[in-house]
Amino acid sequence: MNNKFNNYRKEDDKVATDRLLDFANKLYEQMENGYEPSLTLPSRSRNNIIHNEDTDVWTYGDRKTKTSAKSKKGALKLLQRSELANFLQNNHLKQNKGSTLRELYYISEGWDIAKFKDQHESDRAIEDFEIICGLQREYFHVRPEEDGATMLGPIRLRETTRRGDHIVHCQEDIGQSGYTIPFNVENLELLESDAKFILAVETGGMYARLIENGFDQKYDAVLVHLKGQPSRSTRVLMKKMNERFDLPIAVFTDADPWSYRIFSTIAYGAIKTAHLSEDLAIPGSKFVGVQPSDIVDYDLSTDKLKEKDIEALRSELIDPRFQSNYWEKQIRLQLEINKKAEQQAFAGKGLDYVTDVYLPDRLTELGVI
Amino acid sequence: MKQNEIAEELAKEQKAISVAEFFEKNRHILGFDSKPRCLNTTIKEGVDNSLDACEDAGILPEISIMVKKSSKYNVIITIEDNGPGITKEQIPKVFAILLYGSKFHHLKQSRGQQGIGISAAVLYSQLSSGASTKIISKTGPGKPAHYFELMINTNTNEPEILKHEEIDWYRPHGTGIEMEMKASYVSGRKQSVYEYLKASAIVNPHARISLTEPSGETVVFERATEILPIPAKEVLPHPHGIEIGTLMKMAKSTCRQKILTFLIDSFAKIGRLAAEEICEKADVNPELDPHIIDRDQTNRLLDAFSKVKLMSAPTYCLSPIGQDLMKEGLKKEFNVDHIATTTRPPQVHSGNTFLIEVGIGYGGDLKNDDTISVMRFANKVPLLYQQGGCLITEAIKSVNWTYYGISHRIGYLPTGPLVILVHVASTNIPFTSESKDAIADIPEIRAEIQRAIKEVAKKVADHKKTLDKIKTKNEKKIIVSKILPRIAKNVSQMVDKEVPNITPVVARVMENLLFERVVELKENGFANISINISNFSHKKQQFSIHDVVPFEILNADPEPLVKDIGLEYDYTWDISVSAGSSKVISYFVETLDEVEIESLPEIIVEGLDESFFNGAIAIHG
Repeated sequence: MNNKFNNYRKEDDKVATDRLLDFANKLYEQMENGYEPSLTLPSRSRNNIIHNEDTDVWTYGDRKTKTSAKSKKGALKLLQRSELANFLQNNHLKQNKGSTLRELYYISEGWDIAKFKDQHESDRAIEDFEIICGLQREYFHVRPEEDGATMLGPIRLRETTRRGDHIVHCQEDIGQSGYTIPFNVENLELLESDAKFILAVETGGMYARLIENGFDQKYDAVLVHLKGQPSRSTRVLMKKMNERFDLPIAVFTDADPWSYRIFSTIAYGAIKTAHLSEDLAIPGSKFVGVQPSDIVDYDLSTDKLKEKDIEALRSELIDPRFQSNYWEKQIRLQLEINKKAEQQAFAGKGLDYVTDVYLPDRLTELGVI
Repeated sequence: MKQNEIAEELAKEQKAISVAEFFEKNRHILGFDSKPRCLNTTIKEGVDNSLDACEDAGILPEISIMVKKSSKYNVIITIEDNGPGITKEQIPKVFAILLYGSKFHHLKQSRGQQGIGISAAVLYSQLSSGASTKIISKTGPGKPAHYFELMINTNTNEPEILKHEEIDWYRPHGTGIEMEMKASYVSGRKQSVYEYLKASAIVNPHARISLTEPSGETVVFERATEILPIPAKEVLPHPHGIEIGTLMKMAKSTCRQKILTFLIDSFAKIGRLAAEEICEKADVNPELDPHIIDRDQTNRLLDAFSKVKLMSAPTYCLSPIGQDLMKEGLKKEFNVDHIATTTRPPQVHSGNTFLIEVGIGYGGDLKNDDTISVMRFANKVPLLYQQGGCLITEAIKSVNWTYYGISHRIGYLPTGPLVILVHVASTNIPFTSESKDAIADIPEIRAEIQRAIKEVAKKVADHKKTLDKIKTKNEKKIIVSKILPRIAKNVSQMVDKEVPNITPVVARVMENLLFERVVELKENGFANISINISNFSHKKQQFSIHDVVPFEILNADPEPLVKDIGLEYDYTWDISVSAGSSKVISYFVETLDEVEIESLPEIIVEGLDESFFNGAIAIHG
């Protein structure tokens, strides 16, 4: 823990404190009335995400999961949450401090049987509080690790830091690797844009290829490097640009089931964080590729699908987010040809092929350019 | 093709082709295709012979196997047993005539039915290494041991004795064989000599088997019992399931002069009446000489067998492992928590008697996330190959394991800390092919295997339930002693209130009875006292409550028994509370002040162990 970012707003802290108290009070009353403590939250599974017609994103449905202290597993979960709530209240909110998700995992070190087994468990506990309290984790002074995701394109923005305000043009003022997206994107103000669209790119190799080939300048594109599954801050920033400057979003990934999930996270929201879909998902995002049909059409070099890939593809066939003719056709085709391809596979046709032929063709087809 | 047909085939073609050619053509079905398999088959033939011989002679088997590398591609295999030995005259025939032996015509369960015979190994040995096979055998103390060096004459299928001498041998009786052949020793996989012997040791816990590997290391599969299995008795063939070739051969070789007496004497369960009926249905003259009946008549007889009502085949021709020995066998080779076994009563499929045995080992060193281990046996011989194509595997897959608390995806083998042994014993095991690696899908056998598995799985599931109950109880103790108090403390600290009394929560979590005393002070100096009893358990609870107080109580509902015990009164209620419901005892007290309320005694419960309730103390009646 440190004092580096102690610019927390008092009124936000008050809201967070009150809601944590509501949670504690609920457990207290359950026990005082002779009942075992329990917590009912929406089920965070594929079966419980529904499409919200108004916002066009996927959020949790009506299915609930009850965690109760009647089982050891449930009791331990509740103990962890009570410890965590206590910690957030007394060590974060009261003392004007904050921790990273990683630090929170280590903080459980002294909790004996309630210690988190891995960071996945502590992350999940924080997500629970986001749902319980209806607040994002920043309200509890919890921040992610810096992930170093970058972007490059004709956008001017103002970044507020403890050392003052900086105005940055994300193409002219920075080097080859791009502008590093900070984790606290709420401190960014978008000023102006000459961009026509955003191209979100999964892998670093392709991101670098596009920059080297001057794709951003030629097409007035904002290139965003997703670094695999994008972090919340990357998604928030893309959503802000999308809304503020009306920039369409095109997503360019590998052709494998995990990459399709990256796309669906951006466009529709993630299953794990569907409670935040309305703040994070960007409806209308377009999937550029690499499509399974591209593997056939462009005769790309490929790898064989692994057992896990096949399982993931099958599971996507019944994932509500992928229920469209387009995805059904693409996924079935991929299962049939039993192959997957990386973005870099286009290099087999020459280094300029992807920027000169493939992307212009696909983006025109999608109506982005 | 059945075994005896191979023999006939071979006999027919003997003049045309040599046995060497026959062997080369049929290597795959004889079990001599890959190099590791050649070794497995050779050792299997040797060990099966030893076990069969010891069983017949009533000897506790001691078998030692040694595999040594002799060159880059060759190994020398030595197998020695303490069996009854083989006579001098028999030795060349047993080891150096392909397909010699009488087992084809015997109808009883024996291991040897399953192999092509040790002579095939001898033949492979000489074809692949050029070496002769060395045999030593002794039939009893005081008798000489006979030492032979043999080869098979591949043109005539007759033994060639290269050397024969009488020598001294340290064993009182037994047989040893040494062969050199192109083969390879593999380890760490399912189809290996080690796994074969381990599996054999499990179903033959009366045997002591030692294996010396090429590395020089010796593994011993110790004997777990001194009890010999009850040997199978020979029986006449049952008419159901007999094939035309066999019937013709039997008719030709009988010493009876009439069909009628031939039928009565040659088959099980055919009496005079049945024989007459068969002849009538077959339209064959019962007086006819069986030696001259033609194919057509034979066929009609065969047909008639199925039309006449006959008693099922006798069952003493089978030699099951037995429930206890199966248990011993599994126990000595696997470290598991629990073993359940069954030996099912014999059944019949197309005239052949068969019997299913199943043993399941659970827990211990076996891993939760692994696919279960399957050990298949046919007449006590382990089946190592073609697990996927075997009826036993299919039967296991088709049982609904989830019902028994084992995770299972339909169409796959279940997952869990399980080893399952399935033994099919029969006078005639229906294999899928001549290599005798997998059992064919016979509906009667499949159904019987499923019944046996379900029976044993049920026992395992019951045991698991008991374990789970203990586990749940222990977990609940942790919940109430270590977890709930901390949750209470944490949230109280946050809301800044006193830590709540969690006794009621504890009772609810433990599914116990809960006793609570509630005192209500009235304005006129009266106090209203009630004792609330809630039963969170799943059954009706009966007990007595004692309230030992220094004052008289009024208007009690229900009425208690009162005992004046000097300075105090002992009020007793006999109470019964059904599962999930509650009862209230209430009474009035005159003039009770706050100090007296503070010092009210604990409620006393009689007739229940204190681990079943909270909020009171126990006395033992």
